[in-house]
Amino acid sequence: MHGKRVVALAVVGGAIGFSGVAGYAAKEDAAQAREFLRQIPRDQRIAQALNRLTFGPRPGDVQALRAMGLKKWIDLQLHPGQIPENPVLSEKLKYLDSLGMTSEQLVRNYPAPQIVRLMVAGQLPFPSDPERQAMIQKLVARAERKQGDAAGAANPGAPQTPPLAQILNVVQIRTLRRGTPLERVAFFETLPRDTQDEAIAAMPPQMRQGMFPFASPDLRRRIELTNGPAQVVARDLSEAKILRAVYSNRQLEEVLADFWYNHFNIYLDKGADHYLVTEYERDAIRPHVLGKFRDLLEATAKSPAMLFYLDNWQSVGPSAPRPRNPANAKQARRGLNENYGRELLELHTLGVDGGYTQKDVTEVARCFTGWTINQPQRGGAFVFNPRLHDQGPKTVLGIQIPAGGGQSDGEKVLDIVAHHPSTAHFISRLLAQRFVADDPPAALVDRMAQTFLKSDGDIREVLRTMLASKEFWSAGAYRSKMKSPLEMVASAVRAVNGDVDFAFPLVNQVAQLGEPLYRKQEPTGYSNSSEEWVNTAGLLARMNFALQLAGNKMPGVKVDASNAPRPGDLAGIALGSPDFQKH
Amino acid sequence: MSTRRIFLRNSALAMVGVGSAPLWLKRALYAADAPAPRNKILVAIFQRGAADGLNVVVPHGEKAYYDLRPTIAVPRPSSANREDAAIDLDGFFGLHPSLAPLKPLFDQQHLAIVDAVGSPDPTRSHFDAQDYMESGTPGLKATHDGWMNRALPKPPGLKPVSPVRAVSLGATLSRSMAGANPAVALQSLAGFQVRDAEAARQFQEMYAESKDPVLRAAGKETFEAVAILQSLQKQPYTPADGAQYPRGRFGDSLRQIAQLIKADVGMEMAFADIGGWDHHVNELGQRASEGQLAVLLREYGQALSAFWRDMGDRMADVALVTMSEFGRTARENGNRGTDHGHANVMFAMGGGIRGGKVYGRWPGLRPEQLYEGRDLALTSDFRDVLGELVARHMGNPTLAGVFPGYQPRFLGLV
Repeated sequence: MHGKRVVALAVVGGAIGFSGVAGYAAKEDAAQAREFLRQIPRDQRIAQALNRLTFGPRPGDVQALRAMGLKKWIDLQLHPGQIPENPVLSEKLKYLDSLGMTSEQLVRNYPAPQIVRLMVAGQLPFPSDPERQAMIQKLVARAERKQGDAAGAANPGAPQTPPLAQILNVVQIRTLRRGTPLERVAFFETLPRDTQDEAIAAMPPQMRQGMFPFASPDLRRRIELTNGPAQVVARDLSEAKILRAVYSNRQLEEVLADFWYNHFNIYLDKGADHYLVTEYERDAIRPHVLGKFRDLLEATAKSPAMLFYLDNWQSVGPSAPRPRNPANAKQARRGLNENYGRELLELHTLGVDGGYTQKDVTEVARCFTGWTINQPQRGGAFVFNPRLHDQGPKTVLGIQIPAGGGQSDGEKVLDIVAHHPSTAHFISRLLAQRFVADDPPAALVDRMAQTFLKSDGDIREVLRTMLASKEFWSAGAYRSKMKSPLEMVASAVRAVNGDVDFAFPLVNQVAQLGEPLYRKQEPTGYSNSSEEWVNTAGLLARMNFALQLAGNKMPGVKVDASNAPRPGDLAGIALGSPDFQKH
Repeated sequence: MSTRRIFLRNSALAMVGVGSAPLWLKRALYAADAPAPRNKILVAIFQRGAADGLNVVVPHGEKAYYDLRPTIAVPRPSSANREDAAIDLDGFFGLHPSLAPLKPLFDQQHLAIVDAVGSPDPTRSHFDAQDYMESGTPGLKATHDGWMNRALPKPPGLKPVSPVRAVSLGATLSRSMAGANPAVALQSLAGFQVRDAEAARQFQEMYAESKDPVLRAAGKETFEAVAILQSLQKQPYTPADGAQYPRGRFGDSLRQIAQLIKADVGMEMAFADIGGWDHHVNELGQRASEGQLAVLLREYGQALSAFWRDMGDRMADVALVTMSEFGRTARENGNRGTDHGHANVMFAMGGGIRGGKVYGRWPGLRPEQLYEGRDLALTSDFRDVLGELVARHMGNPTLAGVFPGYQPRFLGLV
């Protein structure tokens, strides 16, 4: 009604003048303000809780929540440690062994080619696990053979990669080319393990990839390692993100892990970060998603992943020692780098309008000089190097930091910004934008910011204020947001109770919908607002994904469509419908 | 916010009469056997991350440039090692050696360069600066739509416009393209469809009936664009004249823009972006022809040159313009990189462009000439360049609506 009338007015007007828009905007704002006070009925409250605090309801979730009671359910979600984790999730995560490793272990167990070379040269130890060691030695042997092949024309005596025909007989190869993928994999797994490994390396890539989604987790792992061990790290991370979103009983914790990772975004493909993000998400982000903001901030500030991503590890003060080897002087020239200082203020804490100047950025950068990493390419840890630190006095946001503070300069900056009113407001608004509405009511944001300041930046308390508000449970908030690609994919799998055997195809889907996981290049992360996701390319990708999933044609996911009248179709249409894109 | 955007869009549609035109009519209009009149096309390229303009178009005649950048300057054209040297353009400026494929365009006067150009807003935030440049309103965060969307010329009379008159390459719609006029985000031409025809029909109905105005409008745009692009999906595309686009997303984007232009589906605006320009560390290798910027510029230059070759005579209808949110510090930083700066360089190419010249007043790089003592100063506004292309190339005279509050000063590019 309201919308139609306004459109008619505009057309009569003939042109879109600024005054017309402003008049419209004021009316619309008043109407929206009323919507944020109008409370939704009980059934919708349950739906609202499941929509916003989880990755979407599964069959039976509404009844379970109703039986438990909303208040108790929310309280449990705010204390995820009290919720027993889903054993199905633990079983599925078990195969993604890189998730539990330190960065240093990752570098050695899933080595990039240059690390393998160092191992071969004896400059780095091989991994201790004998099976892993054997795998790497096979890789080395294969690389050497490849070099022989490349030099083949000039050097006909060099050893060749044994063709598949020397590993398997004609009948075996034929079996691997025919039948359904499931039959091929079943046959392949009857072969002796050594033969399997040789054959994986020798087979044409499309044959290998064809078996992939249907292989057992163990065989999948061996295929991945043959394709290149380094890529396993990123795959495990992304697959775990999907699996947790779909299966975890601690849903709010997962939603928040996504929110906070995105807030402190790191681009996984930036050099050494490839091996640093696993530890970052696990040890810097996840433990603090419901904790004190100051702790979360410090954990990110001291993480090798962030120090590398925003270049602070290379930022040094004016009195830092010059390189000793003059031949290397060009490579090793170093000085102040403002990148982290700026993003800390603009993106992590105060917000771009939070009241800082270019001078503050430079001063903050000076405070963090010497915060560096011990050998980032080998997964090294945070270290403060006093020789690289700018020892002079600094002034940050009007507060003086006396000379000689060393590592504590940076910690003081974190104190200042973590407790700043601009930060309280900025973080509260982002949370409200994620959980309540794209343009959250200012009154709600103010109340959340007050809680932030009163509770020493306690994220759980800020969320409590939000969840106790009228606005969260209002008609203005209810189903007003567009799902992000991750939310869309996870909620679709949850809605049809899909059994995810292998999550990587879903990881690709999320990227197709416009949100490549761990691969947002800019430190801004993805927007928390719906506008980011409404466009033609994204809509088509959502519809195609819906049809594929519901039609049980998504590799790696099993959907039981036996009860539907026309298998897949109706569910696919429902998942691709406009209603399902919102929550 | 969203409702406001859609309200603007619906009313604009109603005014030009597209909202009520049946789909078959539009399809007939743009079908292959009834070619649409050739319209002017504007292609905009965004280099995200703040490209280092001083190492893209090198002021080799400026001594201060070499003083400020002891380890990452591009050597003078006269330097002994030609592979690493700047390619001279006019005795003062030169192209980075990776941009060699663009030299013939400059020589044939199809490529113009504007130097010391950018956004007057002092922000050094990537996010804000990109936002300001894409909205076309530096300093104003409340602008909801993008300059390209506002720049779409009003169609004469009640003539229906193509659903694909504005195309943004990528999985999300660029900020430059967002707004009241329909604009299409497209990842790849081949994938731009619902794979099941019956389901497509049902989806189309559901979106048309949706109570959510944003999704209703987006659904309408989507299905209208799908209908138009169907015919293109069946034919394989071979670039003309042996043009070779580099592998990767940017080359793919330009190749598909060329395909869309040649298919005469009524496209008037296209947008593509290329990221990875934020070189705080080791911007160039030990040699200027190596390292991160050199590699990225090679891809960039090859793609632009392939597009030019592929378009051939059609380049007469096309103007392509490049931009990046801000430049980088004139002085190299402590890590052989550069930090966030101010003015930058823009390219304009096309048959109607008066190329073969570097435009803009050069402000110099001596300490007292630098902006805030650290960056290249700005002597032209990016809206001077875009405004001239919108007015003189696209023939849209209503620049006040495109760049509200700013009156572009034309440089004589067109």
